Amino acid sequence: MAERTLISPAQLGRPSGKFLYWSALVVVLLLFTLIFLGPLYWMVTGGLKTAQEYAQSPPTAFPHSAHPKNYSDAWNVMDLSKLLFNTLYYAFGALAFQLVFDVAAAYSLSKLRPIFGKVILGMMLATLMIPATVLVVPQYLTVLDVPIVHRNLINSPWVIWLPSVTNAFNIFLLKRFFDSIPRELLDAASIDGASPLRTLRSVVLPISRPILGVVSIFAVVGVWKDFLWPLLTLPDPAKQNLNVGIYSLAQGVPENWLIAALAMASAPTLIIFLIFQRNIMSGLTAGSLKG
Amino acid sequence: MSAPTLSTSSTPSKPEGPDRPVPAHAPREAFSRALRRNISAHGFLIGAVLCFSFFSWYPMVREVLLAFQKTEAGKTTWVGLRNLRYIANDPAFWQAWRNTLLFTGLALLLGFVVPFVIAIVLNEFRHGQSYLRLLVYLPVMLPPVASVLLFKYFYDPGYGLFNGILHALHLPEQQWLQSTSTAMLSVVLAATWMNMGGATLIYLAALQGIPGELYEAAELDGAGIFRKIWHVTIPQTRLILSLMLLMQIIATMQVFAEPFLLTGGAGPEGSTTTIVYLIYQYAFNFNNYGGAAALGLVLLVLLAGFSAAYVRLSRDSDD
Repeated sequence: MAERTLISPAQLGRPSGKFLYWSALVVVLLLFTLIFLGPLYWMVTGGLKTAQEYAQSPPTAFPHSAHPKNYSDAWNVMDLSKLLFNTLYYAFGALAFQLVFDVAAAYSLSKLRPIFGKVILGMMLATLMIPATVLVVPQYLTVLDVPIVHRNLINSPWVIWLPSVTNAFNIFLLKRFFDSIPRELLDAASIDGASPLRTLRSVVLPISRPILGVVSIFAVVGVWKDFLWPLLTLPDPAKQNLNVGIYSLAQGVPENWLIAALAMASAPTLIIFLIFQRNIMSGLTAGSLKG
Repeated sequence: MSAPTLSTSSTPSKPEGPDRPVPAHAPREAFSRALRRNISAHGFLIGAVLCFSFFSWYPMVREVLLAFQKTEAGKTTWVGLRNLRYIANDPAFWQAWRNTLLFTGLALLLGFVVPFVIAIVLNEFRHGQSYLRLLVYLPVMLPPVASVLLFKYFYDPGYGLFNGILHALHLPEQQWLQSTSTAMLSVVLAATWMNMGGATLIYLAALQGIPGELYEAAELDGAGIFRKIWHVTIPQTRLILSLMLLMQIIATMQVFAEPFLLTGGAGPEGSTTTIVYLIYQYAFNFNNYGGAAALGLVLLVLLAGFSAAYVRLSRDSDD
């Protein structure tokens, strides 16, 4: 928290200043709780209402009677356990691929410095300048028939995992962190006879835990939130993730079940967020500001 | 960086083991070391490079090729600018541009200004700040399907929450997503709620880097709150503000999920058809990949200007 901000401590110290400060704080606290927690409250309680009460006008703020059975019905009918499992499978698979390939690439570009390393880094960063949605069509055509190996990746987890490695932003974050590790530390390891892989495992990775945490969270949340790509590449209902599965079932189930399903689909990322909020928020600003 | 030149004599590689620093008068040794170092360095790179080649670099090239090709009955022919001419003659093209620009304009008005104001206000609080920051960022963590379908209920003209609130306040009820005049604004409102957490936290971090003396100096000159914001806060955060502005332009011009989920993409009389939704339609509804690629290329060229400005600005900030 900044020591000294817009409003001077002298102004805040006066009785009128104190009154204004506290009333503004209370108003903002109430308003923000309403705006940002309100919809979540609506989601959770909406899932408890009967279908009749749900479609009632004007809407009710408190459910007349709670029907937790909506949640279990939605869970069973929409087969949420399968959608949830698929989503976890895609997200953590993508995380594993990114941790192996992107960390290795960033380490090589930062510390091993091969020839053409600068060119490769430049070409990776250049992909950040291409709007992702523009590439969706040629990417889709590519996964229909991957060149050279001639495989169709549609409906397979590879279609999520492999493209997730092309995360230039994570490579950039990792490389910048690795750049800050003093050369002498690695030289000492290599004089002791450690191979580059050994140096990566026992010197670089242990000190890189904070950035690895940030990158991991971004990787998991990115796959969890993605919609357009899984919509195109996972048409088989048995292979869909939560986003696409709920979207395609949305028309066919009662609305109170659907909203219960939404509440359950939101819970995992919210829990991740509440546990790792400090890392997520600091990673967010670390990625955007220099330093 | 020492680049090994290709030589015809094969260098026997030393068995792996504790390497001693190589004396300078052993060029063959030095060469073999450099070669081995490069092989292992490229070995570390190969996984990422392959993924980029297949799923990023090759599609980039393919995007450009597709825009000038036509595939019919399995045969691909060059058609020059015909795809571009075709999409330019589609009335939906111009409507999609108008909608995209309207969305970008509204999204900036809300999504650029509101987070900055919120950050300025939050930065003044000595209490509850971490709770407020948590709240603002909460929607960012929700799966977009959840937030969007939730807003769809709020917007429902029959039993939706928003009309319920308007009704309770004795204000005229709205059609929200179902009227051409309010559909886009409704989409923007939902998108802002979903996405503004990131920008707010970034501004907040920038505000906390402003030295307090600057405000003190401004006070000595008799500046009030708004003059202080104008003469200290904004100039001090100018760089991050311009970076975020560019980033938001780039992101909002690519909007897809929000209108797609809220209004089915097109909305009443096509009032929420954006460029990316049009690309989607060309590719996956009309099977016209050439037209989709040509549209993508137009968007790419337009956004490339903003991207280049972003890269230049962020490079300047690193110096």
